[in-house]
Amino acid sequence: MLITQLKSKESIESLAVGKVVIINCHGCKEVYFPEHQADELQKELSDNKEVIQIITTDYICNPDNLKLQLKKHMDKINLADTILVFSCGVGIQTVAAQFEDKKVYSCCDTYQLPGFQGVTPLNVDCGQCGECYLNGTGGICPITACSKSLINGQCGGAKNGMCEVDKDMECGWERIYRKLEKLNKLDNMKYDAPKVRNFGNSKPE
Amino acid sequence: MRITELFQRDEFVLTAEVGPPKGVELDHLIKDAHEYLKTRVHALNVTDNQSSVMRTGSLATCKVLKDEGLLPIFQITCRDRNRIALQSDVLSAALLGIENLLLLTGDYTTLGDHPQAKPVFDLDSVSLIHAVKRLEEGFDLAGNAVDGAPPKFAKGAVVSPCSDSVDVQLAKMEAKVKAGCEYFQTQGVYEPEKFIKFMEQAKQFGVPVQLGLIIPKNVGMCRYMNANVAGVHVPDDMIEELKADKEKTKAGDTGVEICARLIRECKDYCQGVHIMSLGWENRIPEILDMAGIAPIAK
Ligand code: SF4
Ligand code: SF4
Repeated sequence: MLITQLKSKESIESLAVGKVVIINCHGCKEVYFPEHQADELQKELSDNKEVIQIITTDYICNPDNLKLQLKKHMDKINLADTILVFSCGVGIQTVAAQFEDKKVYSCCDTYQLPGFQGVTPLNVDCGQCGECYLNGTGGICPITACSKSLINGQCGGAKNGMCEVDKDMECGWERIYRKLEKLNKLDNMKYDAPKVRNFGNSKPE
Repeated sequence: MRITELFQRDEFVLTAEVGPPKGVELDHLIKDAHEYLKTRVHALNVTDNQSSVMRTGSLATCKVLKDEGLLPIFQITCRDRNRIALQSDVLSAALLGIENLLLLTGDYTTLGDHPQAKPVFDLDSVSLIHAVKRLEEGFDLAGNAVDGAPPKFAKGAVVSPCSDSVDVQLAKMEAKVKAGCEYFQTQGVYEPEKFIKFMEQAKQFGVPVQLGLIIPKNVGMCRYMNANVAGVHVPDDMIEELKADKEKTKAGDTGVEICARLIRECKDYCQGVHIMSLGWENRIPEILDMAGIAPIAK
């Protein structure tokens, strides 16, 4: 079981730049989603920002399903500057991978609850870290795409773009860097302050 | 003494790496350090369970070397300790008068001799540098005050100038500088052109960099590094050159010559040299002689 919590209103507002498309995922019952709060917040956003479409769908973690579900909204999505996703970490990563050239931002932090988890055996994964980093990493999860779960950049171990731990696995930080390069967001790598993970955060308050 | 003082005095800073053994017999290490290194390098890096292979600890070995009148650099990786243990060891270093640190993320556990071990990586090189800086400011990572006068260190880190993704490495280097890193030692360099190009970009950070050298002992070792060691590439013509070595049974002389040549070619672009001899400490004086680097005035 996973739990998603909304990021703070201020941080979500700061992400809503330009024309905004919002995607909500009400997919699986294994993920608790704060539906009511999200609704309220999105109403407020629509008042203050240029929200051109709100889409509520399910199982966006499945790339084929996602494509299918979004088909009828593609005219709006093509216009969007920013896509805000309200889902668990896996869903956000799938959307980010689908729209390589768009700024796809996460509005939720994904926490872990003991018990059943992981309903989506796909090539992306969410470690339920409770402080989602995807907004700074081009929608690629540093917790699961990097073998050491590093959050401040690449270690010295990558060789030919592959990870020191597993030669069949692309280095996650190499992927993040290239994605940010493509999005013209390499500034994200220039930290004002080093990130320190909060392991006390991996369970909801 | 902190080696940052040497950089400030514009000295060309020389360091060499020594690895504690698996066991507590340090006689050999101490003897070699006195015989080959004491008058030739300013400081000795002591590795922290290098390559994820369990050995005697870096901090204890640093203390032994210090008592022998040598200047140790305490290498600390994030692989085996969480932030509580890391900060505690940093304070312990201050207590023992160890003032030089080299702060690393560390190799992954499965690369070593205890692949079953739990990898920690609670912090990484950047956040560890930050943590040390916080201690110097009188606070721990949680924001609690440290009693008494705060410690002061020379905070170093590593970078890979010949990495196939040098732009990604430079981004990390910048993060390390911002976190408080005061000097760099590089991964082993065999391609001076790449190093010089890297230094042109690294110059902007205004932090001294020591050229890293791994003595190429033989062809097999170079092939192994090319296949397995990140950020290291021995060019083909250098491997050819080393082949000749075996024919003439010069026993490693070519590797020594190569190192001396690399120093001569890169010297004007960096602020020092760091030699990783992997057991060949006895060849370090020759390398430095051939490179025209005089013994250290003590
Ligand atoms: S950063 Fe990764 S592990 Fe953390 S919530 Fe986001 S997707 Fe999940
Ligand atoms: S090589 Fe890349 S993916 Fe592997 S641990 Fe280092 S930074 Fe992470």
